Amino acid sequence: MGNSMILIPMIIYLVVMLGIAVYTSKIAQGAKGGFIEEYFIGGRSMGGFVLAMTIIATYSSASSFVGGPGVAFSKGLGWVFLAMIQVPTAFLTLGVLGKKFAIISRKIDAVTVTDFLRARYKSDVVVILSSVAILAFFAATMVAQFIGGARLFQAVTGYSYVMGLAIFGIVVVIYTTVGGFRAVALTDAIQGIVMIFATIFLLFAVIKAGGGMEKVIDTIMVSNPGALEPTAGGTISKPYILSFWILVGLGVLGLPQTTVRGMGFKDSKSLHNAMIIGTFVVGFLMLGMHLVGVFGASVLTEGIESSDLVVPTLTIQVLHPVLAGIFIAGPLAAIMSTVDSMLILASAAIVKDLFMHYSKSEMTEKKLSKLSFITTAVLGIIVFVFSIKPPDLIVWINLFAFGGLEAAFLCPTIFGLYWKKANATGAVLSFIGGVGAYFYYTISGVKYIGMNQIVPTIAIAIILFVIGSYIGKKPDQETLELFYGKE
Amino acid sequence: MKMSEKEKNRQLNKEALMTLGLYVIFFIWWYAFGYGLSGGDPGNFTYIMGLPSWFFFSCVLGWILVSIAVLFMVKKFFVEIDLEEDEKA
Repeated sequence: MGNSMILIPMIIYLVVMLGIAVYTSKIAQGAKGGFIEEYFIGGRSMGGFVLAMTIIATYSSASSFVGGPGVAFSKGLGWVFLAMIQVPTAFLTLGVLGKKFAIISRKIDAVTVTDFLRARYKSDVVVILSSVAILAFFAATMVAQFIGGARLFQAVTGYSYVMGLAIFGIVVVIYTTVGGFRAVALTDAIQGIVMIFATIFLLFAVIKAGGGMEKVIDTIMVSNPGALEPTAGGTISKPYILSFWILVGLGVLGLPQTTVRGMGFKDSKSLHNAMIIGTFVVGFLMLGMHLVGVFGASVLTEGIESSDLVVPTLTIQVLHPVLAGIFIAGPLAAIMSTVDSMLILASAAIVKDLFMHYSKSEMTEKKLSKLSFITTAVLGIIVFVFSIKPPDLIVWINLFAFGGLEAAFLCPTIFGLYWKKANATGAVLSFIGGVGAYFYYTISGVKYIGMNQIVPTIAIAIILFVIGSYIGKKPDQETLELFYGKE
Repeated sequence: MKMSEKEKNRQLNKEALMTLGLYVIFFIWWYAFGYGLSGGDPGNFTYIMGLPSWFFFSCVLGWILVSIAVLFMVKKFFVEIDLEEDEKA
């Protein structure tokens, strides 16, 4: 039977999320911009704190709260060392892309990354490829996140998988549909705060349960001394760990769910503050949660059957049920805040990038808003239904989603912003070649000196982009002036 | 601050390069302390606040210092440029 003490704080939390959606939809009705700009990018009104939190919350997913700490449990500090590669995520994306994206998206009324690519490359092939990649990879990621969340719910509360899925899955779909991007960003901010507190509680509780810092480290020294080395006793090689500087480092500059945030903030000051807050908070979450995993090894000494069960088991063992309920809201928050952002972007891909652009009919604001609500809701429901009994195809695509998005979008985005010669031929070649290479390396298992497959993938994507840009037609004068200023 | 489009672009490129610069510095810090202080047997490591010193320097201190460095970089070198188009004015 389930534990209702854990359930109550969770439900209160979910009700708050729904409240926010209702509140933001009221703001949206009085918005001065058009419906599309409001619904898909929140009227470009995010301040520094919300911007920082939404980037962090979207970026941190089930893997930061459950998967990663679970691996750290057996590997030790070496895995925390690896996780800390993600500390610069916020300042890197915002510092490199933020203002450029903000200025250009205001000029061309862009609300999606595809809008930006369309304006930069003026190519239907690029637009279609980009929309398809977003829909396929996001759908797979959303299902995978839902599965992770429901399993976690099941492990911690003792209630069924489907019940967990129903409770938080429906809440995410409703608040995203009703409130649009503004609700996504605001709930992300709150979810970010919940993640911070969840991390603090659990970290302190684990250290306490282990008998204090010194004792925890002593216990690990005896049971698994390799856990105190950056190489995890020789099991984490340098080429392997260094490739994460691409996968969760520079490659993040390509993730559309992160980069689109560069279109949604209010002014330069918001961006500056978000860089500062974001860096500090990402570092805190990564360090805190992964240390929980490592220190957990001194508490759960019998070992554990699956690494994904480490965090749930620790939570139940070291926290009071009410606190456990609040804590479990942390990873659920990480999951929901990843799904909501993808849901709104997938909806934008259909409504804004494909339908509005390619349908000849003129739509009134009212019809457009109806279409957007319905699209978001239907997408959400599809994801939800898939998560109840996940089809193999979705599970399979998810293996490629994170790296695939980077392979697809990194070069077209970065080169498009900073290289005048970048053109459609380069973008298409790099897009297809990059994604193709990523699939090839992942499926075949071919590895160079133990590096993650993302490294050769990105190298191929870059080479193809440059070659394509030299072969293809130069961007026209109008595009150049729009993107790089008048001479 | 009023800037022409050209000046804005120059400033943006400068900010992007500085960001990448800080990224590289963080990488070097992480690598140098992570691998530099961790040779030999874990029993012989130095420990700071209970943690092995390689970890304390590369991950804990590295995180705090890079946060401060971002603060400094943004306040000192980043410019509050106007994001709206200003050529109509």
